[in-house]
Order: sequence, then C-alpha cells, then structure tokens
Amino acid sequence: MNWHAWIPLFVVVSSLLPGLIIFGLPEERVGWRTLLNLTGAVIKLLLVSWMIWGVYQGDHFETRLALLPDLDLVLRAGPLSLFFVALSTILWLVTTVYAIGYLEGSPNRSRFFGFFSLCVTATVGVALAGNLITFLLFYELLTLATYPLIVHRGTDTARRAGQTYLRYTIFGGALILLGTVWLYQLTGTLEFTPRGFLSQIDPQHYPALKIIFALLIAGLGVKAALFPLHGWLPQAMVAPAPVSALLHAVAVVKAGAFGIVRVIYDVFGVEFSADLGVTTPLAWIAAFTIIYGSLRALFQDDLKRRLAFSTVSQVSYIALGVAIAGPIATIGGVVHLVHQGLMKITLFFCAGNLAETLGIHKVSEMNGVGRRMPWTMAAFTIGALGMIGAPPVAGFISKWYLGVGALEAGQDWVLLVLMGSSLLNCAYFLPILYSAWFKPTPKSWPEEHHFGRQETAWALLLPPLITALMALAAGLLTGLPFSPLEWAKIIAEREFYQP
Amino acid sequence: MGDLLTDAHWGVLLILLPLFGGLCSFLWPSAVKFIGLATVSAVALSVVGLGDQLLATGVYHHAVGGWGAPLGIDLYADGLSLFMLMVTALVGLGVSIYALDYFDQDEARRFWPLWLLLLGGLNALFLSADIFNLYVTLEIVGLAGVGLASLSGGGAALDGAMRYLMATLLGSLCYLLGVALLYHSAGTVDIPLLAERLESTPPVWAALGLICAGLALKTALFPLHFWLPKAHASASAPVSALLSALVVKASFYIFLRLWLEIFSVRTEGVDDLLGALGMAAIIWGSLQALQQTRLKLMIAYSTVSQVGYLFLVFPLAAIGTFSAWSAVAYLVLSHALAKSAMFLVAGNLMHFGGHDRIADLDRAVQRLPITVGAFALAGVSIMGLPPSGGFIGKWLLLNEALNQGRWDLVFVMMIGGVLAAAYIFKVLGFAFTQAPVTHEPKGVPAVMEWSALLLAVAAIVVGFLASPLMLILGIGETVELMGAGQ
Repeated sequence: MNWHAWIPLFVVVSSLLPGLIIFGLPEERVGWRTLLNLTGAVIKLLLVSWMIWGVYQGDHFETRLALLPDLDLVLRAGPLSLFFVALSTILWLVTTVYAIGYLEGSPNRSRFFGFFSLCVTATVGVALAGNLITFLLFYELLTLATYPLIVHRGTDTARRAGQTYLRYTIFGGALILLGTVWLYQLTGTLEFTPRGFLSQIDPQHYPALKIIFALLIAGLGVKAALFPLHGWLPQAMVAPAPVSALLHAVAVVKAGAFGIVRVIYDVFGVEFSADLGVTTPLAWIAAFTIIYGSLRALFQDDLKRRLAFSTVSQVSYIALGVAIAGPIATIGGVVHLVHQGLMKITLFFCAGNLAETLGIHKVSEMNGVGRRMPWTMAAFTIGALGMIGAPPVAGFISKWYLGVGALEAGQDWVLLVLMGSSLLNCAYFLPILYSAWFKPTPKSWPEEHHFGRQETAWALLLPPLITALMALAAGLLTGLPFSPLEWAKIIAEREFYQP
Repeated sequence: MGDLLTDAHWGVLLILLPLFGGLCSFLWPSAVKFIGLATVSAVALSVVGLGDQLLATGVYHHAVGGWGAPLGIDLYADGLSLFMLMVTALVGLGVSIYALDYFDQDEARRFWPLWLLLLGGLNALFLSADIFNLYVTLEIVGLAGVGLASLSGGGAALDGAMRYLMATLLGSLCYLLGVALLYHSAGTVDIPLLAERLESTPPVWAALGLICAGLALKTALFPLHFWLPKAHASASAPVSALLSALVVKASFYIFLRLWLEIFSVRTEGVDDLLGALGMAAIIWGSLQALQQTRLKLMIAYSTVSQVGYLFLVFPLAAIGTFSAWSAVAYLVLSHALAKSAMFLVAGNLMHFGGHDRIADLDRAVQRLPITVGAFALAGVSIMGLPPSGGFIGKWLLLNEALNQGRWDLVFVMMIGGVLAAAYIFKVLGFAFTQAPVTHEPKGVPAVMEWSALLLAVAAIVVGFLASPLMLILGIGETVELMGAGQ
C-alpha cells in the first residue's frame, strides 16, 4: 500500500471522525469527548509532522478521488499547504484544551465540539486542496460548520449575528462558485500549479480573466474581511471565546487570506497577475483595509470588538504582501499567516480569561488587571507588542519583510501604510497595556470567580502562555530550519526562482 | 440461478409486485405494515436486478403477452428509466420506513394500499414505451396521489386535495387530447414509431402544445403551480414527501422522454419559453418560500423553485450534450432525496411541537438533533452547496450554461442558490433560539428521526457518486444520442 497517497486524506479524517463520533456522545461523557478530541488532535499533529519531514526531503503526498468524470477531489501537501496545515493543527490542539476549560459545565458541549472538529476538518481541507473545486468544497463546508458555533449560545443576538455571517459568506461562496465554473470553462483545468496555469491563455480572454479574478478575490475577501466585506466579523463576536479565537487566528479569516494567496500564486501566478494589472487594485484595497480597521479599532470599548477590528486590519497584511508581487514581500505576507495566527489567538484567549475570571468585557474595566492576573496579562502584552510590530516578537519580522519587499518592488507608498498602521496599533494597544499594568486596581471586579491559588483555571491559563511563547520564538529563532520564516522563504523561492 | 437472475422479467415484476402487494394490504388490513414494507423492499431489490440486467445487456424490451407494437403493450427500460426507478425505490423505501411509525393502524390501512398503487403506477410509467400507456399510468399516479393527499382528513387537506384533483384531471385531459391528435396524424402511439412518422404540421404542433401544457400543469411549472403549495403542505408528512419527491417528477419524466425522442419537430421558441418559465419559477418560488411562516408551506414553495431548475435544461439541451441531461437527472435525484427528507423532518417537528410555525421552533436543535441535522443536510443539497448531489447537478448545469454563453441562466441559478440558503437558514436559525410559547412536546419515535436523516445523508452521498450514476444514465445511449443528434 502506498502510504503517501493516503496521508493527506488521513489528516482530514483525523478530525472528521472524532467530530462525527462526538455528535453521537451523550452530554455527560466528558471523559470520552476529551479523549476523542485530544487523540484526534495528536494524531493529526503526528501525521502533519511526517508530511513536513517528507516534503522537506522532496516526497510527494497526494490523495486523488474522482468527483466528476473529468474533475478530481485532490488533497496535496506542498510547502504552502503544509504551512497552513501546521498552523491549524497546532492551534487546534491548543484551542481544544482551552475550549474544554472554557466550556466546563455549560450545556450542549457535544454539539459544540462536534462542529469544532468539523471546522478544523474544513480548514485542513482548504489548506490541502490541490485544485480549485476541492478548495471550494471545503471552503463552503467551513461556512456551514462555523454557523452553529456562532449561534451556539442560542440567543436572539446570536441568531442575528449568524444570519449576518451567512448573508456575507453565502454571497461570497456564490461568487467563488461562479468564478470557478467560468475559469473551468475557459481553461478545462482547475489544478493548482506553481506560478499558475493561465499564462498560456489566449489574450482575448484577458478581460474575462480580470472579472474572474475580481469574483474570486471578492468571494475570498468576505472571509478575509477585506473592506467593504468585513461587516460580519465584529458581529460574530457573540460567539464563545474559543470560537472567536479559532475564527480569527486559524479557520475562517485565515481560510480567506490563504485562498487569496492560492489564487494569486497557484491559479493566476504572481507575474501573470501583475501583467494583468490586477494586483495593484488589490494592494490598494488591502492597504485601505489596514488603515480602516485600525481606525475603527481605536474607538471600540468592547475588548473583543477592538480585537476584531484589529484582525480586519492585520489580515490584510497578508493580502498586501502577496499583492506587492515581489519575493521579499511575499515572505512577509505569507509568514504573517502564521505570525498573526499565533499573536491573535493569544489575545483572544486572554480576552476570554478576563471575561471568564473577572467578568471584564470592556477596555475601560481593565484598570490594574495586570496585578490580579499577571500571567494572562503577560501573554496579552506579548501578543499586543507583536501586533504593533515591536521586536523581538513575530510581528516585527512580518512588517520588516513587508517593508523591505515593498522598497525592493518600488512600491514606496506601502511604507507609509505600514508606519501609519503601526502608529495606530500603538494607539489602540498601548493604553490597554498602560491601564492594565500601571493604573490602580478597583475595589471589586464585575464578576469574579476564584480558582484556588492560580489566577484562573489551568486549562485557560496554559494555552495563551504557550501561544505567546510560540509568537516570541517565531520572532527570535528565525534562523532555525523549521521556523515559519524559513518555511516562507521556501514558498517564495518556489514561486519566484525555481525553474 | 445466475441465468434466472439475468433472464428474469424484472420489468414485469416491478409493476405486478406493488399492485399485488396493494391488493393484499387491502384484503388483510391487520398485516398491512408488514405487507407494505415487504413489497417496497422487494421492489427495491427488483430495481437492483433490472439494473444488473441492463448493465449486462443494454436496454430492456418486453412485449407483454407476446404482442408487440403497434398492437400490444411494450415495456421498455434504458438508463433514464432505470435512473428514475432507482430514485423511486430509494425514496419509497425511506418514506415507507418512516410511515411504519407515523401512521396508526387505522390510518395505515388507508395509506398502504394507495401508496402501493402509486408505486405500481410510477414504475409502470417509467417502463412505458408508448404515449397512451404513459397517459394511463399518469392517470393512476394522479388519482392515487389525490387519494393520498386527502388521507389526513380535515378541511385544509380536503381543500388541498380538491385543488390537486382539478389540476391533475385538467392536466391529464390536455395530455390525452394531445395523444389523440398525434394518433390521428401518425396512426400510432408507440414512441419510436412516432419519432419516425411525425411531421411538422399544424395538428402536430397543437398536439405538442396540449401535451406540454398538460404536463407543465402536472409538474407545477410556474405559473401553473397554483395548486401545489396547498396540496403538498396540507397532506400528511409521508404523503407530502412522496408527492413532492416522486409524483411531480413523473410528469417531468414524460416531458423529458418525449423531448428526447419525438419533439424534434418542435419550433425554436418553445425551448426558450420553457427556460424562461423555469427561471421565473426559481425566483418566484424562492421568494415565496422566504416569506412563509409555516415550515411545510415553505418546503412546498421550495419545490416550485426547484422544479424551475429542471426546466432550464430545455434551452440548453437544444444544442447541448450529455452533461446537460445528466445535470437534470442529477437534480431530479438529489431533489427527490432532499425534499422527501425535508417533509419528513417537518412531520417530526409537527409531531413534536404540534405546529410548524418557523419562528416558534423553540430550540429544536437541542431537543431533536437528528431531525434538525437531517433538515440541514437536505438543505445543503437544496442550496446546491458542496459536497452534495445538488451541487453536482448545479455545477454541470452552470458549466453547460456558461459553455453556451447563457448568462441569464447563470445569473438566475446563482440568485436561486442564495435565496435557497436564505430560507433554509431562516429555519435553522430559529431552531437554535428559545420561543416564548410553551407547549407539551411529544416524543418522536427513533425510526421517524433516522429515516429522515438517512434520506438526507443519501442526498449528500450521491454528490460523490457522479461517475457510476452517469454510467447508469448512459445505458441505451438514449440520452447521449439525443445530445449528439441535435
């Protein structure tokens, strides 16, 4: 049996199967549910490590199943896929631990963890998809699997947030479907190919290709929260904290950003997109979103909403890096896929801890919280400094490569955007840090819970500490062979220099 | 044994079995559930037998009693017939299992004979080789359908059934007039012979017009859909499922069959007219579904819109290929599975809460997770999202529309999908929230929950079976030939 042809499928199944079993588990079987979740996550991690090692040595992993007579369902592990798969696998494990702690004693946990696993399955499928139709399949599955998580609380606000989310994403999905069918009709293939499969096409189709590009990017932009398609994201904040963390760092938003990278690199190809003249508008939109998101974040008092607008801004770094269309900027954009994930998930974990332990939901309630929960706020500080781009946290690396890449590509205006965004990041993160650490502690917290001698439950405290350390390590240990930066360089090399 | 299996007259068996079973269930009411389920299972096995035979020998042709056309009755089965028989058997089996627990003994006594008669009529319809037999079987199907629709008693059901009766009789009448005119012009009712002899003359046009109108009425093509929502919404759940999933498809099958084989003399405008009506049906049906506050009415209007998709094939198939026809077959299959699942879900929810008001579903997702899961899965197929049978059908149809530059069709299909998502998620959203009304919920038997889920899962699974199903559809090359010939 040829294992290499099945491992990508196993990676997808390793979260699908536990998810399906969990749906059937009675509510009170906490032990079984935890066991299933963690086993799935660990198996996935092992399989992914195996694939990373294999791909590093030049092996090929590809699962191919017939979907239609001339279209296959393809799961393939390339450097770019593995980059995203590794991120979601690691963060799934951490988030599962966090979610178990966070939801302890709350109702409908079987349903929650079932859909949680489906969500990860869809994300991994999006990452491994080897052609556009497989990508579309998992992308839509992701929409469907996140909906129950957003409306999980069952309140009327949650239902309306869910409707908003769907209004955006179903519309986006329809655009992608249209773009995909059209592309298939023009080219007869949808297979992701390094540097794209369109450069040989008859120039008379160029106008059509521009529209297809716009359709695909708009459809993906919905999930990636590109302006003006970002409206669902702040509303979706009604979901429980682990869901927000997953949505912002790994699953939905990242699937959109990852899709943009895919479309530009492996469908159109960077050079061909630049020749078509479609990357410049995208760069402008991304730049505008970066500034706009930061400005909106500045005026939010609700902590999770502030973080949400910060996501709107930060995810567009990825699109910007790709749209600048140079090798160095590519490294910056792609590596931000992982860096933003690590930092943002830390921030959301911390926000969840504040809400669960002290009942703090607003920035204005955070005075002196650093003394009550030093570890949580330490993690928060690392995440926030990373977002600002302060060395040595990972965010600095992203911004550095973006800036150098923009100069190299002759797009000096990007530097202004980066500077403006960093200033705005300072403006909305530093006051939080200041009041948390230096302002006096109030007499009582809105709704305090005690967890023995720790500041909060272990399952809630460890995940943000781990991810904060990873964000720090990703910034400090960039020279190690499997660091995100090294891997991003491999991806950029493949896109730009290999024959 | 092997010879017996390949040589057996599965086609004859497919018609006689349900009729015989229906008779038995009428004579022995105490064993009605057992007889019914046994018959439906035997029919499903016979379809498998017929399929095996067709894969080996190509088309099936049998002259009943040894009298061939033009005098006697011919049975004929190719890939398309087999496909429809499969759909019928699959949906029939799911609904039958559901009906075991849905009806009490008294209701079951009335349900099973009629349902088995309907099944016999459907099977005979898909196996008929001449347009007069098609009429007879269509009439059996229609009357059995009306009987079933009136089963649940009550004023609303009788009103719905009455409208249905009027519509179905009027439709059959139009069709019969058309058949008479064709017989007068060509001297035969046998489909292959008609295909050879028909010429483009005014009486033939009139005949085709009448046939089209009659069938469009029975298929509930916009704007002739007026009878459907009420009839389908007021019937009991298993009956609604059968009517929406199978009966509507029977008249559409005749449309398709006649189109493929004898409508080559039609004028150009007819294709586009049907396409335009299909587009209007998609938009109108979806918008109506979106406005409904009752679940069953919403599902019924969704049928109106889904029927519209089927008619989009006619403008495309004029210069189309195999893929346009397989698209429509796929849509028929996945709609039958998904829509029957949805009606069964509606039955469960009504049984549970005593009402089907969408806004008052009251945390159904916690209390009936399997049922709501079935609704969601069926919904995925109806919306045409991947992975599902509905997606494959929509993908093929979109492909074909783009190939021919029919942007109007593309546009309407996209809007239809988004609207379908809107009405389905409206229901799902309310299934999560709490409703102010309190009512005494009644437990739903596991069989009823699981049979609905099974049908819904089938609608998803067929999304992965495109290659084998297209192989079946290609048997006898009827479909391919017509695509290539035009």
